[in-house]
Amino acid sequence: MDERQFNFRRMHYEGAEGALIPLLQKAQEEMGYIPIEAIQMIYERTGIPPSEIYGVATFYAQFRLKPVGKYIVRVCHGTACHVANAKSITDAICDTLNIASGETTPDRLFTIETVSCLGCCSLAPVIMINEQTFGNLTTSSVKKVIKRYMKENGK
Amino acid sequence: MTRAIVGLSTCGVAAGAEAVLATLKERVDAQTLDLQVGFTGCIGMCYREPLVEIRTDSGERFIYGPMNEKRIDRLLSQHIQEGKPIEEWLVWTNNGLGSDREFLNHQVRIVLRNCGLINPESISDYIAQEGYKAIQKALKELTPDALIGIMIDSGLRGRGGAGFPTGMKWRFTRLSAGPRKFIICNADEGDPGAFMDRSVLEGDPHSVLEGMLIAGYAIGAHEGYIYVRAEYPKAIERLKIAIRQAEEKGFLGNNVFGADFSFGIKIKEGAGAFVCGEETALMKSIEGKRGMPRIRPPFPAVKGLWDSPTSINNVETFANVPWIVTNGAAAFSHYGTERSKGTKVFALAGKINRGGLVEVPMGVTIRDIVYNICSGIKDNRRFKAVQIGGPSGGCVPIQLQDTIIDYDSISRTGAIMGSGGMVVMDETTCMVDVARFFLDFTQRESCGKCTFCRIGTRRMLEILTRITEGKGELGDLDLLDDLAQKIKDNSLCGLGQTAPNPVLTTLKYFRGEYEAHILSRKCPAHHCTALIIFSVIAALCDGCTACARICPVKCISGTKGEVHVIHQNLCTKCGECYRVCPRDAILKD
Repeated sequence: MDERQFNFRRMHYEGAEGALIPLLQKAQEEMGYIPIEAIQMIYERTGIPPSEIYGVATFYAQFRLKPVGKYIVRVCHGTACHVANAKSITDAICDTLNIASGETTPDRLFTIETVSCLGCCSLAPVIMINEQTFGNLTTSSVKKVIKRYMKENGK
Repeated sequence: MTRAIVGLSTCGVAAGAEAVLATLKERVDAQTLDLQVGFTGCIGMCYREPLVEIRTDSGERFIYGPMNEKRIDRLLSQHIQEGKPIEEWLVWTNNGLGSDREFLNHQVRIVLRNCGLINPESISDYIAQEGYKAIQKALKELTPDALIGIMIDSGLRGRGGAGFPTGMKWRFTRLSAGPRKFIICNADEGDPGAFMDRSVLEGDPHSVLEGMLIAGYAIGAHEGYIYVRAEYPKAIERLKIAIRQAEEKGFLGNNVFGADFSFGIKIKEGAGAFVCGEETALMKSIEGKRGMPRIRPPFPAVKGLWDSPTSINNVETFANVPWIVTNGAAAFSHYGTERSKGTKVFALAGKINRGGLVEVPMGVTIRDIVYNICSGIKDNRRFKAVQIGGPSGGCVPIQLQDTIIDYDSISRTGAIMGSGGMVVMDETTCMVDVARFFLDFTQRESCGKCTFCRIGTRRMLEILTRITEGKGELGDLDLLDDLAQKIKDNSLCGLGQTAPNPVLTTLKYFRGEYEAHILSRKCPAHHCTALIIFSVIAALCDGCTACARICPVKCISGTKGEVHVIHQNLCTKCGECYRVCPRDAILKD
């Protein structure tokens, strides 16, 4: 792994209490996922055993041990979205991108995730692409959203 | 100068509010209008987003929605230049007009007092609304014990769901000895269907900071943490801005307002684990560990974060605190019922006409909220049930719609007050599927520490899934009941102890629906795809071919002008034919 990709000085680790989760978050922010090397480096810096770091990284849904796409498409499956047929939204996105939920497109542009609740229940069904939220979707409007992102990236 | 204010909370942004704001700014600049453009947080009428408010110097307020870029020009020419409000777009005004005025007029806003009114990224806006007055009053005029006395007298109970009296929690934490004490704000709003805390953090972050400061002074703590879910980027961004502004003003840091009291606040972002809303798990997570709950006692008030005395309160609880200190305990306890004082914020979603954020005094009925504020059920369908309290709560059926909103009355129905999510369901919602949905959630989110929660919820999910697939047996209902009791009795934390509630309440009030799935292999709500059959009603079909053309699996045959036939062995039950048929000739049964 390229050291320059994962600059510890930028991670502001000062031996602070409870720093493990922020360290993992920073590593993921920089690299999009947590490679095994990152766990090794965090161990060397902090002395926290790799087993414990791995335990924390696998406990929380946010952390990924595999690389992801440039865009993470989070499909909300909260209560309001569920009764507004969120499943059909997931199906439409999977259809458009030709991958299953949890997978990444071969060009590493999109990853589809289902999440528990994005908290925009009045606009159900809702998705989030990176930090942008889209609401009141239908199977056809969500396809348009995805296609717009594909077009912006020359696909 | 007259102002145009755009609601920029996550819901507003998702509905297109940023584009509205940009267009508004561009037009105002181009036409050099005498109009100041700004933004605010959540106004609460999520169903009418994007919202734009015109506010004059004399205090007149006009809220318009839904607004889009195309409507801006007319708004500017007619309302701003000619001075004539556009009645057909008005949703609320403060002089009794607007199509949706009941939505706001039936509310009592204490927690949401500033939401939708001030710019959440401006500390001076908050100060102009008497912000940071309560902490100054506390530091100058009140001893910590007197302050705790006010909180106890107010009757404020924890708004995270459990309803423990806030003043008592503070007192216990104050009485615990320790060189270091902590205040934690629980903003890990994980219940699907709940967004009250997000709206408060996005709309009025300083009220939460001030509440934490007051708690810190009362308890003798100097450090505070806000634990926010990572799924709320806008709330985190606004909290960061608010903390920086408060630090610059000297409202946070050493010797706050010149008094002998220092307090700092840090943000901890959650990492996606529902169980971290449980207080002992949340503290483990701040410590950088796996967020797994532990046995209580010792309670956090005695042994909390890093084994120091800690008081954990919810976002909404903190937002109430400055108001109570400023207005007094009696002003707060004037609202509510005997054992539940003040107001409660609810996030309304589901099959209602007006979904959004409402704050009502304790003691109103479910019917008041659904019909008077939220204007009833969408598409004139029939109200069936309301899900209160998320995965820990339950479904309250229509026959109990006159139940009043307070901690004890809601608990008697089998649901819980919870944090305030309310999802309204109509006749098209299958209650077995709703129970299955929540068990699917709790089963995934179980941390795995207790066997009954880890494996029991999985077994319940399997049973519910097979019932919705038409493979259930009558003995399944007794099995569900038995498992539910055992999971309740043998789980350590709130997540496990309350996980069976959605099943127990639906079994109690909608047993007939379960039996229909099992005995007659029918889903009365026509929701469970395995149990529905689409067929053509020959007498109504005129052979227009619309269904045959839309069918994605080409399982409908027939020539133009003749009755069509659906071939059941190929049908995937997507319902497209049912949706497009112009003559309602498709039967869904």
